Amino acid sequence: MSNVRVLVGTHKGAFILAADGKRQNWEISGPFFAGWEIYHMKGSPADPNRIFASQTSGWFGQIIQRSSDGGKTWEMPGGEKLPEPGPPAGQSNKFVYDTSAETGKPLTTHQWYDGTQHPWEFMRVWHIEPSLTDPDTAYAGVEDAALFRTTDGGRSWHELAGLRGHGTGPKWQPGAGGLGLHTIILDSSNPGRIFIAISAAGAFRTDDGGETWKPINRGLRSPYIPDQTAEVGHCVHHVAMHQKRPGVLFMQKHWDVMRSDNAGDSWTEVSGNLPTDFGFVIDVHAHEPETIFVVPIKSDSEHFPLEGALRVYRSKTGGNEWQALTKGLPQKDCYVNVLRDAMAVDSLDSCGIYFGTTGGQVYASPDAGETWAPIARDLPAVLSVEVQTLA
Amino acid sequence: MIRVELPQHLRTLAGVSGDVMLEVPPPVTTGSILDALEARYPMLCGTVRDHVTRERRAFLRFFVCAEDWSLEPDDKPVPEAVASGGEPFVVLGAIAGG
Repeated sequence: MSNVRVLVGTHKGAFILAADGKRQNWEISGPFFAGWEIYHMKGSPADPNRIFASQTSGWFGQIIQRSSDGGKTWEMPGGEKLPEPGPPAGQSNKFVYDTSAETGKPLTTHQWYDGTQHPWEFMRVWHIEPSLTDPDTAYAGVEDAALFRTTDGGRSWHELAGLRGHGTGPKWQPGAGGLGLHTIILDSSNPGRIFIAISAAGAFRTDDGGETWKPINRGLRSPYIPDQTAEVGHCVHHVAMHQKRPGVLFMQKHWDVMRSDNAGDSWTEVSGNLPTDFGFVIDVHAHEPETIFVVPIKSDSEHFPLEGALRVYRSKTGGNEWQALTKGLPQKDCYVNVLRDAMAVDSLDSCGIYFGTTGGQVYASPDAGETWAPIARDLPAVLSVEVQTLA
Repeated sequence: MIRVELPQHLRTLAGVSGDVMLEVPPPVTTGSILDALEARYPMLCGTVRDHVTRERRAFLRFFVCAEDWSLEPDDKPVPEAVASGGEPFVVLGAIAGG
């Protein structure tokens, strides 16, 4: 029987929840890296025992952790003490914008909250996306927004500077949480294609492995920016894609749920009958590429469910027609949020859906959202949830 | 030997349980202590001072002999009590919480 491993990043450490394919009895291990913010953890599709974690702190900066045994033990690749003579030590937590003449771009400025220009400053890694084929390769989306890549298992990271330097950078502005690159989607059918999204700049696509990028925001409308249909400046909260439907993208924007059927060249709104089209997470069913999930959140300032009722909404038609899923979820006095990287699906025959809340609960549904149960109740605020389906 | 007192989180990263002892050739300065610390414990690179600018991270302070040395030049020799190992070089995190 297959097993499931849920990787949970929280405000105060990382946790791993494990169960067999029935997904009824869960074992929780952790906290790992107690006291640190774990923005994201994700396992390699090429080697499930290889897991990367972004460990960060306002005091001590950015650390990359790596496990090679499914999360039992961890190491800081590049931070280890090496014998001498030997290879030079790596610097796993070194994320430096590439300003070299050969491969980099000048470090310019981006827009600050008050509209003035502000220097680019590295803050943290928001999201790590392991390669689909190579366990030593992974991409990191960082704040201030840029994309980095490692090809040596995290010992060193190098910026794909074409994104930050492609020209619209001075128009990018931070969302309330910072100018973060939070979404990275690799395309198994096209190794050169990568989609990324930034708050608040929008979505971008490369078709040449990260050398050059183009904004893909046509069709987005954002009433909180002067030019509501601008090329950049949109606060994209998350984007999801089914690997068997490359080019079909679903987006949860600051307001609006959007869909693109042409790899982001244009978008149409599919908010339909959602009670509010504000929210953070969006994900796609593992086996039904037109079945998508969101968690509507009230307004852009209150950031909790409507009427104190936590509801996942599911569309089986790729948007527009939505159904509330509530069985097993709190339907009164619930005022948690579900952050952008805190929903994931497993790939068992009966697709499992998982999400974490800022109240420290992790909810799971083993039947594509029909029923829910908490598999952890009292963790620190959940920042991210990823799932590994293990043979 | 120079004695360096680290915040708990950095001790955990470095895999040490108490103060760190370092060989630092004279003249012993804030900069040379941190150079030796990062050389002995590469996992701490970037956690005390920035990778590129080498500036102290904003929420950390340095203390020697109960005096705040956070803003002292990197190349200023520390007091003999620290250089001799009698007193620790203290890396202190800003207090968080209410």
